[in-house]
Amino acid sequence: MAEETTVIRTGKATLLELRQLVVDYGVGARRARAVDGVDLSIHEGEIVGLAGESGCGKTTIANAVMQILRPPARIAGGSILFAGENIVGKNTEELRRFRWRNVSMVLQSAMNALNPVMRVGDQFVDAIQAHERIDRRRGLARAGELLELVGIDRRRARAYPHELSGGMRQRVVIAMALALQPELIVMDEPTTALDVVVQREIMQQIEALKRDFGFAVLFITHDLSLLLEFADRIAIMYAGEIVEIGAAEALADGAEHPYTQGLLRSFPPLSGPLTRLTGIPGSPPDLRDPPSGCRFHTRCPHCLPDEPELYVRQTTERPVLRPLRPGHQVACHLVEERAT
Amino acid sequence: MRAAAPLEVRNLSKRFGVGNAIRRAHVHAVDDVSFELRPGRITALVGESGSGKSTVARLLARLHEPSAGTVLFEGSDVSGVRRRRDVLRYRSQVQMIFQDPFGSLNPVKTIRHHVERPLRIHRIVAPAQIEERVLELLRTVGLVPPEDIAAKYPHELSGGQRQRVAIARALAVEPKVVLADEPISMLDVSIRIGILNLMLKLKDEHGIAFLYVTHDLASARYVADDILVMYAGQVVERGPIEQVLSAPLHPYTRLLLAAVPDPAAKLHAQRIELREGRASAAVDPTEGCRFVSRCPLAIEVCSRVTPPLVEERPPQAARCHVTAPST
Repeated sequence: MAEETTVIRTGKATLLELRQLVVDYGVGARRARAVDGVDLSIHEGEIVGLAGESGCGKTTIANAVMQILRPPARIAGGSILFAGENIVGKNTEELRRFRWRNVSMVLQSAMNALNPVMRVGDQFVDAIQAHERIDRRRGLARAGELLELVGIDRRRARAYPHELSGGMRQRVVIAMALALQPELIVMDEPTTALDVVVQREIMQQIEALKRDFGFAVLFITHDLSLLLEFADRIAIMYAGEIVEIGAAEALADGAEHPYTQGLLRSFPPLSGPLTRLTGIPGSPPDLRDPPSGCRFHTRCPHCLPDEPELYVRQTTERPVLRPLRPGHQVACHLVEERAT
Repeated sequence: MRAAAPLEVRNLSKRFGVGNAIRRAHVHAVDDVSFELRPGRITALVGESGSGKSTVARLLARLHEPSAGTVLFEGSDVSGVRRRRDVLRYRSQVQMIFQDPFGSLNPVKTIRHHVERPLRIHRIVAPAQIEERVLELLRTVGLVPPEDIAAKYPHELSGGQRQRVAIARALAVEPKVVLADEPISMLDVSIRIGILNLMLKLKDEHGIAFLYVTHDLASARYVADDILVMYAGQVVERGPIEQVLSAPLHPYTRLLLAAVPDPAAKLHAQRIELREGRASAAVDPTEGCRFVSRCPLAIEVCSRVTPPLVEERPPQAARCHVTAPST
């Protein structure tokens, strides 16, 4: 991994690319394949949302990108390319430099990840000193600048974490993630534990910072409505697979996969007429023994035996992601059949 | 003709002491809250964390003692009820459902055990009919086939199914009031609607009066008839939910509405202003509006005088000197 590389931002170069990524938990009969052959790319300066229900594998992908998977989880196949270089199998020292400098992470409970007995500013200094030679005084000055970036008074660098509200602590963690100006920030449910008002403040902040610094974001959440408003592109995951991926507007206006459509119908509207919603019947499958064929077929409203030919494909043949139109891919037998 | 309110709350307050003997402070978690729950109606209680909404539910469930005010159950004061028999009777009429369907069920007991227990304790049906009633309750909450579900253990069920078990257990005692404290916030998005639909069915078919505590305005609009908006321990706005959400009076209600993700409007369309330092206004509050430091409409009087709840557009009422002035 090259140090201090000057990245020349030439529009939309691919920054991160997952190729047929497979992650297993455990081995043998009890093996659960949490991520099963995922292809996903993130371009420079882009916000890519990854949405799905709990257990669909979205957090596993985040941890794989950060290379912080711990046994029994392991990468069982595929590659993770960062700026063209495969990071799977790198040694500890290479990864240590890669993390934070190239990719940093913000977690859902990150606000509880701060050291409670250490002043906020010193925690910045620690993080920066792990990667750069910098004295404490200059480190603290940098901490102050970073705090101001996220709308917190620089004097708060002297505060202990408990003196800050949950939303402020989460902003502190975001500021720390920015400390070394990484090209990619992985955010795993960064606002889920927060109130809507605080959530919006933080989302606005992330957008503004992204505009100023040009980093890319992999944003993981179960809240599709948040992504529709905020992400450039969205990938929908179900049972370890990506079932649909497209521009946020494309998904908002014309989601094609029945699972995506079901998710969209699960959010009651805040204005306009109210109709009875149905959500999605059933629950996500056990990944130790996923359904045959399309993994969603057990919950899919369009998987009916009265169309025998299609039904056989839906229940026995695994659909693959195919481009429906430029930039919009769907893995669904029904959509495929309609398109031809 | 209005039906009698099974549960009515008058001037309810709850203070918690914080700090130590030298620096003592009081959090006014609930301050002078009044409302009533009516049969076959769902009342949403919304607000941010720390606004006191869960404390209200817990006061009604008698998990806390109020510092002041009264709770009337079918017209009689239950605030001082202490005798076990009376407490049991109250609890059999006012049931609570919690946020965490993982923590509220005993992992080593079957589902049958959970639903059966209240039937036995409160002697709802004759022992011979217990089994039949258990299956019926499971069917009511959409857990089918009930025979299979009854034999399972909590870990064999999904989060949504567990929450349904919690609801079946609450229903076992045929309550008149159900207090649901964030019942869907820990569930997956796709199954939340199922629980909300179940609440709608229970209010229609069983005439249950619901208090639905949530921070999610969209789900509140989906199920509720009325809304109470809490801020720093006080109800700052109340009224029929469609009326309140389509024309909110209180600036805090407006802020909440603007903050909800709305895919139709891109982020920049409705930027909200960032204000630092929202140290809880409920700690040793002084006279004046508790929202004043965050309020875009604040005028001079706001920091001096606590605004009363005024029915500006009856029955819609708000605590705001500017939008609901008391003349």
